[in-house]
Amino acid sequence: MASLKELRNRIASVKATQKITRAMQMVAASKLRRAQAAAEAARPYSVRMNTVLANLAKPLRGRDDAPRLLAGTGRDDVHLLVVCTAERGLCGAFNSSIARLARDHAVRLAGEGKTVKILCVGKKGHDILKRRFRSEIIDLVDLRGVKQLAFTDADGIGNRVRDLFAEGGFDVCTLFFAEFKSVINQVPTALQLVPAQIDSEGEGEVAGGEAVYEYEPDEESILTDLLPRNLSVQIFRALLENAASEMGAKMSAMDNATRNAGEMINALTLTYNRSRQAQITKELIEIISGAEAL
Amino acid sequence: MADPFQFELVAPEKLLISEPVNEVVIPGSEGYFTVLKGHASYMSTMRPGVVEVARGNARDRIFVRGGFADVNVEGLTILAEQAIPLEELDAATLAQEVQNAQEDVNDAKDAETKAAAELRLHQLKEVQTAKGG
Repeated sequence: MASLKELRNRIASVKATQKITRAMQMVAASKLRRAQAAAEAARPYSVRMNTVLANLAKPLRGRDDAPRLLAGTGRDDVHLLVVCTAERGLCGAFNSSIARLARDHAVRLAGEGKTVKILCVGKKGHDILKRRFRSEIIDLVDLRGVKQLAFTDADGIGNRVRDLFAEGGFDVCTLFFAEFKSVINQVPTALQLVPAQIDSEGEGEVAGGEAVYEYEPDEESILTDLLPRNLSVQIFRALLENAASEMGAKMSAMDNATRNAGEMINALTLTYNRSRQAQITKELIEIISGAEAL
Repeated sequence: MADPFQFELVAPEKLLISEPVNEVVIPGSEGYFTVLKGHASYMSTMRPGVVEVARGNARDRIFVRGGFADVNVEGLTILAEQAIPLEELDAATLAQEVQNAQEDVNDAKDAETKAAAELRLHQLKEVQTAKGG
């Protein structure tokens, strides 16, 4: 049985922790609102980009002279995994679930005899993955200094991926991030970047037949200009989704922590009061029995 | 006054403009062109330059850094890599960019990259003139 003083100290420390987790929850809630707004603001761009790309790429599907970012290298040997995670922990299973998805993917590819390269964006994913894939990780992109995510940050990563592809560093590139569904639901997602996957479902047809477009310069130059940019746009979108997901995960994790701390305080306070009363009773009995003995 | 049509200016971070306008002048990569209502479906890449938007009697000038313009039946959509209203564009930032472009020209190894860098430098200087004037 812990002494009264020890119990008092523990209650005080749990209370202090609860204050911190509550503050972190509130900070995450306000950051979530901002991150969500940013993710929503960026949506029109990527949606329109997709529409335009779908229109342009349709006639090129299956042709040999299609740009390599669209058609791929024709091989399937070297895979690049871009794993986007948070820079900070304390957000529940957020980082580990993305890392787990990437790890399973990497293990499966390695099992098929393919070469895997990993580019980590965010420190936490790097920490988790380096235990197993130390030699496969080619680099870590650190976004810790970035307060408000700008397109240029994503463009930097996009440039790295493009350069690597131009050197023939990989054949297939997959992006890992957590898609933001709601505050309590973030889905780890794998998205194939190269060869580009463009969903053309229901687009183009809606406009009522093929609108005759005039292009300046010609379609192919526009496409070769657009595809690299699309890469950055996809990464940007993933990073924004990730930021919103991280804050959502952190919010619910901190909410849980606050509630757990509350339960712990209740239980400790109960034990504290019981043992305090027990001690008082014990002292009274001692005094009474002492008086009776006289 | 030309009839208004739907115009949207979208940057990666957010939707900047979405409203009916009368006329838009776009710095296409192969020359400036003007879009009015009922323009044929048209798509062009853009070079760094100034987009001029006419709305009633007001004319807004916006600096865009590359991107592309998509004209279709519904209207005009500009996807800009970066878009800043010309009056908010900082002269020092622009000067810095011109300097970067100049360095690119100097550092270029083969003729092709050098030509591309020179083109960019020229375009940026043009913007600088537009800003000053």
